[in-house]
Amino acid sequence: MSAAGAAAGRPVPGRAVVELRGCTREYGGVPAVAGLDLAVHEGELLSLLGPSGCGKTTTLNLIAGFVPPTAGRVLVDGEDVTARPPHRRGLGVVFQSYALFPHLTVFENVAFALRERRRSRDEIERRVRAALGLVRLESRAEQRPAQLSGGMQQRVALARALVYEPRVLLLDEPLAALDRKLREEMRGELREIQRSIGITTIFVTHDQGEALGLSDRIAVMRAGRIEQLGTPREIYERPATRFVAEFIGASTVVRGRAIGPDRLELPGGHVLRVDGGGVGGTFRPGEAAELAIRPERIRVVESAGENVMDGRIAGVIYQGVQTEVTVDLAGGQRVLVFVAEPAPPGLLPGQPLRLHLPADAFIRLASGGD
Amino acid sequence: MILRLAVAALVAFMTLPTLVVIAVSFNPTAILSFPPAGLSLRWYVNVLTYPQFQRAAWNSVLVTAGAVALAMPIGMAAALALARGRLRAPQLWATLLLSPLVVPGVAAGLGFLILGAGLGLLRSRAVLIAAHVALVLPFVMRSAWVSARNLDPALERAAASLGATPWRVFRRVTLPLLRPGLLAALLFAVIVSLNEFVVSLFISTRLTEILPVAMFTYVVNYTDPTIAALSSLFILATIVVVWLADRFLDLGGVFIHHRQ
Repeated sequence: MSAAGAAAGRPVPGRAVVELRGCTREYGGVPAVAGLDLAVHEGELLSLLGPSGCGKTTTLNLIAGFVPPTAGRVLVDGEDVTARPPHRRGLGVVFQSYALFPHLTVFENVAFALRERRRSRDEIERRVRAALGLVRLESRAEQRPAQLSGGMQQRVALARALVYEPRVLLLDEPLAALDRKLREEMRGELREIQRSIGITTIFVTHDQGEALGLSDRIAVMRAGRIEQLGTPREIYERPATRFVAEFIGASTVVRGRAIGPDRLELPGGHVLRVDGGGVGGTFRPGEAAELAIRPERIRVVESAGENVMDGRIAGVIYQGVQTEVTVDLAGGQRVLVFVAEPAPPGLLPGQPLRLHLPADAFIRLASGGD
Repeated sequence: MILRLAVAALVAFMTLPTLVVIAVSFNPTAILSFPPAGLSLRWYVNVLTYPQFQRAAWNSVLVTAGAVALAMPIGMAAALALARGRLRAPQLWATLLLSPLVVPGVAAGLGFLILGAGLGLLRSRAVLIAAHVALVLPFVMRSAWVSARNLDPALERAAASLGATPWRVFRRVTLPLLRPGLLAALLFAVIVSLNEFVVSLFISTRLTEILPVAMFTYVVNYTDPTIAALSSLFILATIVVVWLADRFLDLGGVFIHHRQ
């Protein structure tokens, strides 16, 4: 398919297909998106991730042309499309509600864009069949959307958006309406289709698992701005702010005061050694610092030692593959610990527990996160 | 048991007057008596040959057609604008557009009479058509609004993203999806307009009067069963229209329970 086919499966960094420059969108004076800059590269799948109200769907609507920006510009392939209406942007959109036309058959839904483009009958027949083949729904062509399951409707919506080989695919929470098992299946299928045709894709979601599993890059959004932009691994392992650390996966945030280049004193007086490599630079003595630590990095230990702290179990949640334990440390700090199964006996609220917080497990958060 | 009797009584109470009128229409004698003394079609012949009824029937057709043709697009546009929150003060608009329902016919009739006289339009059917537009608009609005409100705005965005111009979006998505509501609106509008009497009485002349007004004038002057015959024809026509509509148009079960 098209020029993007050459790049199938391999995002081409550097070449921006979609670009937002200083985009702001206000609703009644309240900015939903505030001065957003973003470049989406050829062939990549970029997720816009954030809680509801963070501006991710508004960003998608700006790109699709459904709402004009209050300020700023939208570029597709370097061309300014800010003033261009959606029907002249040539982008494929999949909606959360699927938005299949209920009065048309599956075939006619998929054929919609081709009919608008006045393609020949033969071409329409051929391309609709191919698109339905891509999503394994050839046999459902003559049915109405209402006769299909949620997962099938989702796939029809995908075929309809892909049939005219759009430059960019925009997905607005496409999996949110599916039940869990189906969602996980569709996630794999979506990624496979996206890779196989190499289409540049922007994926809006509030589900961090979805974003981590699907994306080449993730833009974590908050209050109309991009909080952090990076690969899933960067976002997870090096969250830049407290917001990202807490939104992506669970984490415990500890605050303290530096008493040496790699030493941090917690409010209770306990001193932690913190590995500079994981933190990104050394401390200036006396400065206040905020660190995050992932619950799966904290270890339950028997003997005392460096970075070993005693605490008391406040809560235990059994989750099958692991047990999630909340522990109140001696200094008053509460930490979350994932204990892998089989868990040691005696994990009960009120019981003492000794924890090792490895020096290299800490992530330093940018100050002023909130 | 008591409930059934109550329902039966209610149904009888609602349908008996109609049945009486139909029975009287076949009465061979020139008085409105019940039960009828025999069986005759002479009053039906009288209906069809009375010149003023012929003229009034033609007026009814013109006024209803004109009013419906104007009220449908206006009502649909208003319903769409309201359903999409495109209007400031939507409550005010909705109240204004539905107000003909609650304004007494006498007051509205007088208003249109004064207005029509001021504009010098009372000899034409223009004021009648304008009045009927106002009177059927609430019915059109309501039906269209229900459909418009159920329309997922994402459908129109989807169509636009697939390359359809605003006009094509309307033609291929919006209009087909509003169809059941619009057909119901059309039916309501036709029935309401054909049966309108009070307002029309104020603004009709001998040359422009519509059938209900002509019937009233006739009853004032004569007491034979002609009017019962005409009423029976009216009832029959309404039943046929509703039956046809339910049979051949998908109204989404507005009038009669929808078949699967």
